[in-house]
Amino acid sequence: MIDNLDALWLARLQFAFTISFHIVFPSFTIGLASWLAVLEWRWLRTKNPVYAEIYRMWVKIFAVTFGMGVVSGIVMSFQFGTNWSVFSDRVGNILGPLLGHEVLTAFFLEASFLGIMLFGWNRVGPKIHFAATLIVATGTLISAFWILSADSWMQTPAGFRMGADGIFYPENWLRIIFNPSFPYRMVHMVTAAYLTTAFVVGGVGAFYLWRKLHVKHARIMLGMAMIMAIFVAPAQLLFGDLHGLNTFKHQPAKVAAMEGLWETTRGAPLLVFGWPDMKEEITRYAVEIPKLSSLILTHDFNGEVAGLKAWPKDERPPAAMVFWSFRVMVGLGMLMIATGFFGLFLYWKKHLFDTKWFQILCMALTPAGFICVLSGWFVTEVGRQPWVVYGFMRTSEAISPVPGSSIALTLTAFILVYGFIFGAGSYFILKLIAKGPDIQEEAYGSYGMKKPPIMTEILPEKEGRNV
Amino acid sequence: MFSFENILNLPLIWYGLIAVAIFLYVLLDGFDLGVGILFPFAPSDQCRDRLMNSIAPFWDGNETWLVLGGGGLFAAFPLAYSVIMPALYIPIILMLLGLIFRGVAFEFRFKADKSKKIWDYAFHFGSLGATFMQGMVLGTFVQGIPVTGRSFSGGPYDWLNAYSVMTGIAMIFGYALLGATWVVMKTEGTTQEWARKSAGYVLGYVGLFLVMVSISMPVMNPEIRKLWFSLPNVFLLFPIPCVTLIFFIMIWKDLYKGFETRPFVLSLGVFTTAYLGLGISLWPWLIPFEITYQQAAAVPESLSLLLVGTGIMLPVVLGYVAYSYYLFRGKVTHEGYY
Repeated sequence: MIDNLDALWLARLQFAFTISFHIVFPSFTIGLASWLAVLEWRWLRTKNPVYAEIYRMWVKIFAVTFGMGVVSGIVMSFQFGTNWSVFSDRVGNILGPLLGHEVLTAFFLEASFLGIMLFGWNRVGPKIHFAATLIVATGTLISAFWILSADSWMQTPAGFRMGADGIFYPENWLRIIFNPSFPYRMVHMVTAAYLTTAFVVGGVGAFYLWRKLHVKHARIMLGMAMIMAIFVAPAQLLFGDLHGLNTFKHQPAKVAAMEGLWETTRGAPLLVFGWPDMKEEITRYAVEIPKLSSLILTHDFNGEVAGLKAWPKDERPPAAMVFWSFRVMVGLGMLMIATGFFGLFLYWKKHLFDTKWFQILCMALTPAGFICVLSGWFVTEVGRQPWVVYGFMRTSEAISPVPGSSIALTLTAFILVYGFIFGAGSYFILKLIAKGPDIQEEAYGSYGMKKPPIMTEILPEKEGRNV
Repeated sequence: MFSFENILNLPLIWYGLIAVAIFLYVLLDGFDLGVGILFPFAPSDQCRDRLMNSIAPFWDGNETWLVLGGGGLFAAFPLAYSVIMPALYIPIILMLLGLIFRGVAFEFRFKADKSKKIWDYAFHFGSLGATFMQGMVLGTFVQGIPVTGRSFSGGPYDWLNAYSVMTGIAMIFGYALLGATWVVMKTEGTTQEWARKSAGYVLGYVGLFLVMVSISMPVMNPEIRKLWFSLPNVFLLFPIPCVTLIFFIMIWKDLYKGFETRPFVLSLGVFTTAYLGLGISLWPWLIPFEITYQQAAAVPESLSLLLVGTGIMLPVVLGYVAYSYYLFRGKVTHEGYY
């Protein structure tokens, strides 16, 4: 029994580790691919070489990130079987086709056209190259569609029948694919990926402006990032709220953990701070805003919100982790929205590109999107415990017949290898950022320019300001 | 809900499709892993750049066939997937770690200055390790996997034995042959000359290991023995080893005559006949000697939905994979990175 518990805990830890590492890369590449497509489109339309130079700089970062996403993703396609073989056996009829379609409709598309995107500059014309970029961007979205559909089905299972043998049988594919939480999760996650990319790009642009490097490029980077922060960050608040309401309807125990609420309450308060204690069944050190939680969740000051005690002890998610991950995500999200507002204000004041404190803020928020994505996933995946298929199959039932020692061995190997590889990857990305866009001598001709750009074009002196 | 079970033998179709996916993986990633195996033996850094450039646009797509093989097995034969993965837990994860090292090396190597050597070795040892583990997986697989109920019931180190070590080494030489003949096709000058020599060198070992595996399988298993050596099978199956032998002789001659493309095509041919022989030996088992492909199949509704997607997407995929190979045809140089 102890052995089994250890194996379960290790298997969960290993899966959490490999998938958390993996999700960082797609959440960057989904956004980056779309942004590269926009850049290339702007370049084809305006023939402004700055766009091409930004493209060529970021496509290298894209390649490194995508490469790491691919190799950590191959691991994931085996982890279902290696760590959760009973789960694979029982849900294979349902999730198998979804993942199979992900490979067929997305992975091959991305892999093949990425080759053209990276190595095809001199082999295909600009239009076909642009098409390749667009196809890669579309591929990342198709991939997100299938994998989020599969995850959402595990959260809100629908369209199936459970056999006496414990195996899940499909009944209605449309209800399986478009299960109740899927549309919300899809919109929320893709938007999150776009914002993650925007804040990385904005942070790098701010860094260049702060150091007065590559100013022409940096203004485009920061400017485009701010467009996302101004319009998309507030929209994400709305999407997140809708997703939360959907969770409240289908997985109320998760919401109770997010709110740190133990007793089922009318007019439930919103806890700004606190520490949910699973043993004592209270939330310690609570700082609360009266009735706000009920207002958000039920749109009524006195609406009823179920507390964790409404569920038996063995059906409650570990509340502290859910509670805090949620606050990290929302807190950083608010900061991103605020950045958008500051940006808008500075743009109106015509100081968007030369305000020191704003540049520092943008640089500080470079990793914000990644932290938000990870903490958001912690909320949704820890919050659905102890279930792997919500309400139908427990995580503890899903485990492979593999001894804890093997899992411990491979987990150690994963930690060492990922630490080394992804450490090196981050180093190369930082190096590419430090190097900045390439403005090559021979490039003038190929961009259709008659002469090299001169300093005054790059650094226009306006009213004695630097930028 | 729609299902084609009355008009099509769905498990058989899927058995065939998964077999093809795994076969394509072996052929395609086989040559780029093979390039990684030969990598440090190349005569100069410039040669190594060429080797890398010859496979850089393809490796990612090639490895996607592995994901299709793994994902397809999960989708079409969930029971087999859930037995094989725990049974081969450690070698599969070691293989994945090897693939990680070699996969990132493509990007990192060209961006590194001082640490370039590290990524050369990451590429080589990653390729070597992944190949060796694939060979061990194969060796373990053909020896049979113990199953109780719907789960693997063997020990965590069942895969570690002399036979699977032998198949692991065999796989290294097999992929090295694919890699070397690929390089003969894609390069010229010194690099090609070196690849030609390497191909000739590994060719003998490939033959040796092929004979060892071909003899040992019927010796170890009476059913396989009966299948191959009973009448009239022995006459029907006799062409397979004969054709393999002819391929070997032709590769040997072609390498010396200076053909560029034919050795690679013929090496693919050797893999095809070997794979065919293996497939015939293991028919109809999906988990050798325990679970057949019919027993492991997902329900007809799932196989039907998958078949619709595959019927539409697989030709498209093959089409643009072919386009990408066409686009990057011809000899590679040591420069020309994006």
